[in-house]
Amino acid sequence: MSPAPLLCVRDLSVSYPSRAGTTRALDGVSLDLDPGEFLGIVGESGSGKTQLLLAMLGLNAQGAQLAGSIQYRGQQLLGASQRTLATLRGRRIGMIFQDPMTALNPYLTIGTQVTEGVRLHLGVGRRAARRRAIELLEAVQIPEPERRLAQHPHELSGGMRQRIVIAMALICEPEILLADEPTTALDVTVQAQILALLRELRIRTRAAIVLVTHDLGVIAAVADRVLVMYAGRVVEQAGVEQLFAAARHPYTIGLRRSIAELDGPLPERLLSIGGNPPNPAALPPGCAFAPRCAQAFERCQSAPPPLVSIAPGHTRACYFEGPLEMHSP
Amino acid sequence: MSGLLTPPTASTPWQQARAQLYQRPLAVAALLVLIAVILLALLGPLFSAYSFATPSWDEIYQSPSLRHWLGTDALGRDQLVRVLWGCRISLLVGVAASLVSVAIGVLWGATAGYAGGTTDSLMMRFVDILYTVPFIPLVIVMTVLFGRNFLLVFVAIGAVSWLDIARIVRGQTLSLKQREFIEAARALGVRTPTMIIRHLVPNLIGVVIIYATLTVPTVILFEAFLSFLGLGVHAPLASLGSLVSDGADHLQSQPYLLTAPAVLLAVIIACFSYLGDGLRDALDPRARH
Repeated sequence: MSPAPLLCVRDLSVSYPSRAGTTRALDGVSLDLDPGEFLGIVGESGSGKTQLLLAMLGLNAQGAQLAGSIQYRGQQLLGASQRTLATLRGRRIGMIFQDPMTALNPYLTIGTQVTEGVRLHLGVGRRAARRRAIELLEAVQIPEPERRLAQHPHELSGGMRQRIVIAMALICEPEILLADEPTTALDVTVQAQILALLRELRIRTRAAIVLVTHDLGVIAAVADRVLVMYAGRVVEQAGVEQLFAAARHPYTIGLRRSIAELDGPLPERLLSIGGNPPNPAALPPGCAFAPRCAQAFERCQSAPPPLVSIAPGHTRACYFEGPLEMHSP
Repeated sequence: MSGLLTPPTASTPWQQARAQLYQRPLAVAALLVLIAVILLALLGPLFSAYSFATPSWDEIYQSPSLRHWLGTDALGRDQLVRVLWGCRISLLVGVAASLVSVAIGVLWGATAGYAGGTTDSLMMRFVDILYTVPFIPLVIVMTVLFGRNFLLVFVAIGAVSWLDIARIVRGQTLSLKQREFIEAARALGVRTPTMIIRHLVPNLIGVVIIYATLTVPTVILFEAFLSFLGLGVHAPLASLGSLVSDGADHLQSQPYLLTAPAVLLAVIIACFSYLGDGLRDALDPRARH
């Protein structure tokens, strides 16, 4: 018996109308996030993964048109007032941004920025907030936390800044932590440290984490469940072992094939998926992946395939019934 | 070993900015000269035997001497005291009007830029409309309304001269709000007023300081112009501007009446410019190291 979902997204669409035509950033995305769950979302640039996170906080750019439903503990977030959203942002739903070099205000001290959340939402005084910030910087493994509080972002390294950004998002102990490619801008070694940190913090804080990335390797390292997105739609969704053992969507398989495995036999050469992602302002009428798909047949051109359950906890959006080749043909 | 590797002790941003400023000789020199001028203007008249207002009919148009270091004017008043008083008035006027102008301009521009959309359009169209209002007649009307209270007049000048800075700040805000740290602050639940005051304004400080230091001399010069029209400071009170315009009338016969206020005016204006440059570099944390 699973507990009631913390966050429930139903049929979410985000589009940007413009004179040149409507750009569909997200199209009918649904997902549930359980308390304490670690959900990974994979997709290429432009697949709508960042838009999905921003929609959860009501932070989509001006001019975005949203439809569908996003419920946090039964409370509708879509169309909620900025005032209501502001009380949730940072307090219940924290966000970690992609580039730690730009996500910190260059003019404010680390202390001001890390404590801003608690002072704002919990009305904590300066002293108590400072103590809390020091605890938190210790939790994200920053040496000499007291000294850091007085420093400015430019005085810290990229990895250090990303830890600060994580500390900022965690200070109010949110129930949901959204992480938008938190490791993309970092060196590989620092990446591994940050992922280890996220895993540890998740155990410690019991926050549900949504990690968005284009790197399947990152997902494999930390997530419980994976959502694969392509051109604004969810194409496959499964538990992480299930997805890596038996992916059932040609796109997921393509992604898997384009990564070398450390413990597996080294393939002759890594395969890339041919072609390019479609222009979100002019999506094909059928499956958006069809033009790049080896298995595509007539039906794929007619209408986008619905997301259907193919095994417990495993859904995919594909018409093709035959066996899908895991390894290069 | 330990001595070499211990990091410098943490200090406040302002201490760091001050340390940075001290490394810029020109700015420091400008600051010292300004402080000297301000002290002189404030304290000088206290030590003088002469009043800036009382005419002395038997000492008209005296050349500089030991008695009157800068000579006397058409009414026999000591020019040194009058220049120092003029300095007080000019600085007061310049600083007061600039503060008002910068405060309104920054808040207006940052709000418009950050809010965007219709609010932005409405606020900036209002600025456009104000641009079309002729400045001089407006100031004349205000002088009439506020009567002889010169400070109020210049506060009013500040209140109508914020248009340029509002536009500049709005432009800066438009680019700033695309930056990720603004989005990060929004994701933290920061509300609009806090966002503008705490997150945007500090990032605008460079542009604001440069503009403020440019506004001070502009207002001082504008005051000189108004004094020339008879709308500025009223006699017997003097400003550097009114002293320059008085002196210009006697350029042929008593050049010393023009020299002192003109030189002081030039020095003050130059000092504000150099100080502004220095402050801009010192307040930009990215310019360090």
